[in-house]
Amino acid sequence: MTNVVLYGAVGIILLISFYKDKSKTKMALKKAWKAFENILPQFLGVIVIVGVMLSLIDPETIGILVGNQSGWVGVILSSVIGAITLIPGFVAFPLAALLLQNGAGVMQIAAFVSSLMMVGVVTIPVEIKYFGKKLTLLRNTLAFIFSFIVALIIGRVVQ
Amino acid sequence: MKKLFRRYIFFMIALLILAILTFINLELGKKAVGIVGFSFREMVMVIPPIFILLGLLDVWVPRETMVKFMGEKSGLKGILLSFFIGSAAAGPLYGAFPIAGVFMKKGVKFSNVLIFIGAWSTTKIPMFLFEITALGKEFAITRLLINIPSIVFISYILDKLVKPSEKEVLYEKMYSI
Repeated sequence: MTNVVLYGAVGIILLISFYKDKSKTKMALKKAWKAFENILPQFLGVIVIVGVMLSLIDPETIGILVGNQSGWVGVILSSVIGAITLIPGFVAFPLAALLLQNGAGVMQIAAFVSSLMMVGVVTIPVEIKYFGKKLTLLRNTLAFIFSFIVALIIGRVVQ
Repeated sequence: MKKLFRRYIFFMIALLILAILTFINLELGKKAVGIVGFSFREMVMVIPPIFILLGLLDVWVPRETMVKFMGEKSGLKGILLSFFIGSAAAGPLYGAFPIAGVFMKKGVKFSNVLIFIGAWSTTKIPMFLFEITALGKEFAITRLLINIPSIVFISYILDKLVKPSEKEVLYEKMYSI
């Protein structure tokens, strides 16, 4: 659904642009292709790595590892799992709900969701291309630490 | 040819790992290939329009306009706009980096670029609605309320940790892309 909206909106904007100025539109498409081609190798590599990683992960085992009683060890483990995996949100949230039902703790799930969304170990090659090594490492480290804060607060607030 | 090989070396190593996995355990390999196919479809669905939008943005929106709205002196307006654009987005985080690149090219303030990345990663509106359904209102709203100030806070820390000269190098690099 989002995709239809996205393609539709961009299609309309592209048509308006083409109507207004052909050569500018051509230039825009050329730039779009150049930017895409520039990052494509990283994209492809990341996608394959993610496939391998996700195939090795088993929801039931995770549910046990990050259970209610697992405490901070479980929180750290959840954050690490969240950091190294790359799962689209519409898969991740139902998965998180499933893990909760299977006995995972709220704190652990909060850490998992937060680091999943903000930390991207596998996308580091893409990020470095734009932000350089230093900033990429700093950003991911801070986001990783931040997931503990989220876990702590959500653990207090949500019962 | 050699250049092409170097660029795709990471991808080829990834394929090699996939091949080894399949060789060791056929079932896991099949599962992995299925997930790769799924992610690839996701990429095809989201990435091309993002890049076309990028190209159009680059060609049509003058640097002055971007500087005015999101540049050094854009203040609160720039922060809110960065938040809004990041939150309205769709797609995985790796789609945000090329946009951040064009933002830098157009003179968007560094901390605003970082706020945009932060918002894209975790306060996306469609995802928020999804989170409510899956994990409950309490969980989703609490997380959102922690996230909003933290994104600004983290962006400012990162902004301070990177030297002006290093920022310049990053911005310079974007001109060549």
